Amino acid sequence: MSVRLTLATASRVLRQVRHDPRTIALLVVVPCVLLGLLAWIYDNTPVFDQLGAPLLGIFPFIVMFLVTSVATLRERQSGTLERLLAMPLGKGDLIAGYAVAFGVLAAVQALAAAAFAVYVLGLDVAGSAWLLVLVAVVDAVLGTALGLFVSAFARSEFQAVQFLPAFILPQFLLCGLLTPRENLPDVLNTVSDVLPLSYAVDAMRAVTVDADATGDVLRDLLIVLGFVVVALALGAGTLRRRTA
Amino acid sequence: MMISMTDATIAIDDLVVRRGGHDVVRIPALEVPAGCVTGLMGPSGCGKTTLMRSIVGVQRVAGGTVEVFGQPAGAAPLRSRIGYVTQDPSVYDDLTVAENLRYFATVVGVRRRDLDAEVQRVIAQVVLGDHAKARVDQLSGGQRSRVSLAAALVGTPELLVLDEPTVGLDPVLRRDLWTIFRRLADDGVTLLVSSHVMDEASRCDRLLLMRAGVLLADDTLPGVLESTGQQDVESAFLTLVDRAAAAGHRDPHDTLESSFERGAPR
Repeated sequence: MSVRLTLATASRVLRQVRHDPRTIALLVVVPCVLLGLLAWIYDNTPVFDQLGAPLLGIFPFIVMFLVTSVATLRERQSGTLERLLAMPLGKGDLIAGYAVAFGVLAAVQALAAAAFAVYVLGLDVAGSAWLLVLVAVVDAVLGTALGLFVSAFARSEFQAVQFLPAFILPQFLLCGLLTPRENLPDVLNTVSDVLPLSYAVDAMRAVTVDADATGDVLRDLLIVLGFVVVALALGAGTLRRRTA
Repeated sequence: MMISMTDATIAIDDLVVRRGGHDVVRIPALEVPAGCVTGLMGPSGCGKTTLMRSIVGVQRVAGGTVEVFGQPAGAAPLRSRIGYVTQDPSVYDDLTVAENLRYFATVVGVRRRDLDAEVQRVIAQVVLGDHAKARVDQLSGGQRSRVSLAAALVGTPELLVLDEPTVGLDPVLRRDLWTIFRRLADDGVTLLVSSHVMDEASRCDRLLLMRAGVLLADDTLPGVLESTGQQDVESAFLTLVDRAAAAGHRDPHDTLESSFERGAPR
């Protein structure tokens, strides 16, 4: 692993995105619009305060998952991946470079969405608003890491897009947003214990409900970061310099 | 012509590549000498790309050894010494020419303060000076493949493996590229260039004629013509195919007529 090559890769990926202003606009605007829609639907009820924060974590998670899996698939199909793997670039440099680049995008997106939710939509946050942003960024990085990993198994854009319902929606159903996780049937509760999004949403919820929950939030964040590291390592492991 | 081990840039011994249960490349022995242009000629699908991939070290092989500069193909220290250009222009469409080259130059270890000069140098080498700031997706196919070539030239590799670099280019550009290849060889770079256009044989110092995964000839152009008693490469190739068939290799009548195009774009 080389810091120089990781950063060179990250800045190359960001340059590619910069040449595509519409993608940047979509990244920033879409979560805000969705949150605004949610606030409007539940106008004059306490529901937005309950759902707003978890969704603030989930939207960037889903968006970054999709963006990352498509971006890495493109790298495979354009032949640039083969070229890079024939060059003195470590697999870890490539994966970490992607993670850093999309982490930066995720931070921008999470900042915009969190600011919009708190200042425009009036989302109640008991804890620190910065902690809310931090959790949202980590959730988005989790989406990036999972996207990097599963894109290795996609042979086409059709498949890559199908991984969203296959990998993400089950986590969404079980993460505690629809029903608190402790009310789930035992088996599903156990399953939800090993899914990363559960911890991402727990952290988000804890920040908003409890001003003194920083310890719990940090513990959940560490677990999510653990998943990120494992997914990135697995993602690097799926890259093969030699192929058939 | 015998080449001693020390002069050979590439040395292959008993290489077998298998795909879908049968051998797609089978080369008992091959040495590619340093500092010259070796043309790898043969019809589409004959195994040229697979052989090149084996040399670059990105191909999974079933047996045998491939050594480059005395090290097993694919060894980490070789990665900055070999420039590889695949058939498709493997560059980022959504970056400018200069941005692409800057990234690849960084990857091969060009220092930050030398980056600009290196990018300028390779852009000039492939005659893309007017397009440095253009996005690759705004360039023509021929310009794109030159960007891809430039990306392989960063960091001055000692061996260039170029997979059909002149496919689909107009004759003027093809001539220009061959001039570039000649200049590089004069500077001591070893080039392995594949082509399915037999006219290009005259541009090479040595020829490897390949068909159905097997090498039919490894010689100079005059040598190939003399040993077959033919006037041009294409007839020589056909003679070699017939001889190989007579010697009990493969069916001589399968898809021969579709084998060659004369300088036409793909």
